Amino acid sequence: MTDAGYIPESDQPSDTIIAELRSVSKHFGDVVAADNLNLSIRKGEFLSFLGPSGCGKTTALRMLAGFEAPTSGDVLLDSEVVNNLEAHRRPVNMVFQHYALFPHLTVEQNIGYGLRQQRPRLAKPVIAEKVRKTLELVRLDGFEKRRIWEMSGGQQQRVALARAIVNEPKLLLLDEPLAALDRKLRKEMQIELQNLQRSLGITFVLVTHDQEEALSMSDRICIMRDGRIVQIGSPRDLYDQPKNRYVAGFVGTSNFFDGKVSGTGRDHVSVTLAGGLILEGVAVGDIANGQDVCVSVRPEQIRLNRSPDKKEGFPVTVSNRIFLGEHTEYLVKHESLGEFLVLTPRQTELNDGPFNTGDTLLASWDPGAALILDRA
Amino acid sequence: MRLYAIFVYMFLYIPIGVIALFSFNAGRHASQLQGLSTKWYGIALSNPFVMDALETSLVVAFISATCASLFGTMAAVALQGIKGPVRTAFDALIYISVMIPGIVIGIATLIGLVTIFDQLNPLIVAIWPNGIEPPQLHMGFASLIAAHTLFLMALVIIIVRARLSGMDRSLTEASSDLYSTPFGTFRQVTLPLIFPAILAGFLLSFTFSFDDFIVAFFVAGSETTLPIYVFSSIRRGVTPEINAIGTMVMAVSLIMLVTAQILLRRGERRNK
Repeated sequence: MTDAGYIPESDQPSDTIIAELRSVSKHFGDVVAADNLNLSIRKGEFLSFLGPSGCGKTTALRMLAGFEAPTSGDVLLDSEVVNNLEAHRRPVNMVFQHYALFPHLTVEQNIGYGLRQQRPRLAKPVIAEKVRKTLELVRLDGFEKRRIWEMSGGQQQRVALARAIVNEPKLLLLDEPLAALDRKLRKEMQIELQNLQRSLGITFVLVTHDQEEALSMSDRICIMRDGRIVQIGSPRDLYDQPKNRYVAGFVGTSNFFDGKVSGTGRDHVSVTLAGGLILEGVAVGDIANGQDVCVSVRPEQIRLNRSPDKKEGFPVTVSNRIFLGEHTEYLVKHESLGEFLVLTPRQTELNDGPFNTGDTLLASWDPGAALILDRA
Repeated sequence: MRLYAIFVYMFLYIPIGVIALFSFNAGRHASQLQGLSTKWYGIALSNPFVMDALETSLVVAFISATCASLFGTMAAVALQGIKGPVRTAFDALIYISVMIPGIVIGIATLIGLVTIFDQLNPLIVAIWPNGIEPPQLHMGFASLIAAHTLFLMALVIIIVRARLSGMDRSLTEASSDLYSTPFGTFRQVTLPLIFPAILAGFLLSFTFSFDDFIVAFFVAGSETTLPIYVFSSIRRGVTPEINAIGTMVMAVSLIMLVTAQILLRRGERRNK
């Protein structure tokens, strides 16, 4: 990956809705895998389902693919209800978690598989040409006759991708496609996937438990928990305006201070912590007086300061320090707030000298950086 | 290897070795080695009774193994789609039918078929048009093939099932995701992947049917298979001809068993 360092913002995804979940629920016996999901997928966008395992994200994907029928509600593709349309009749393709490449077929035969099923039949040269072009697209030209087991994990991943996109599906579903790759390869594939999505204009729906993956590739992320959708939004919206503590904790890292709302102003909310300390912050969503909330402050929005002449801020002692190159991560302790994380850019250290374990410093943040969140 | 293990293997294989050795006996007696020669192989292969019995055995083994592979594969594929108590029950029954001694299957098949024939034969006579000799159902070729197919089917089911359950379920899902109908998926994905197992099942079935004496003894009626021929000639005294037949049967069986093993191993490796 040399030429793909910069990824252009995707063209504004059109407002056309290509797929939709309407009050979709799925029960497996007593287990509710998906609970009243409502979601519109726009044509050409890159949407991710993000959540821990067992949150229902894979079930949602499998209902779009046609492997599961919803217990109630409707799944729509191109404005048509497809609840009971079998997978082989849906213009949707999937990249499986462990690729599910056919071991008895060559790379070329694997990729041409979907084309060979089409009726009326496609002419052999047409199939061969499409396969060749797609192989070029995923940079595997020359591998036509290889067997699957002769390919590395990253190559298999690209064959799986090629096998799906060669059919020009309306939706490309990706079930944790990068989970089996090592870190470096995963980074490369993230960029490659995003480039492919932009250049082909195919709608991608990704399922992942890796927040970094979701944040870096998606136009929109759908955060799930216990079979429900918690919040849908662009990566930046989710990061800056998380709906509750769960989202804030899942998208990026944050420090949480639990307390009770003690006063609501025009744009400020005061929260009294258990130790009696009062923090000011901005409320996201509706917050009522007396409600149990938490105050969320992102580590990178906290400033550390050595100069004791400034009065504002919380006196803290450094209890741990991890040098990360361009950033340094400090674990600091305040007698009432407890321990929390601070991420400072390299420049702070250059100006102020390195902070060592045991140093006493002042920690401060803008009131706008503190978000008052529902504790759910 | 421990010493006693060596004794166990010697105990098992020395008699077989002796049989093979004495098949090359130049003398007339099976108990006394008088120089080496292959003449008894010539005698065995030119004996019309042996060749008849061999032909019967081969035909029965081929048809039984074919039917068993076909029905066994169908059953295995169908069982794969069943869950819960029904499947447990079927699984148990299949394993039991492999465990049951041949003699029980032989007697049970004999009694079962004879009872059915006794009921059906008068019925056939009654409904057959006058003037034409009504056919008589009796033990013979068909009953032999039926009995063999029955107990070999269980074997094929087990072998094919093992392969099917080792197959990644997402392969069939991927196939249907790529627009293939259920039958198309079976033909293009499932069948090629389980084919080595089916072939191995066929070879094992062929061997078992070819070697089988006990079940055949009960249900063959007037038909003589090679094991039955060997059994009846032993009663007239053992000549090296019997040893030669035995050695040839063993060689064929061994080749088939080894081939089956290779097929299963290779399939396993490839499926990964």
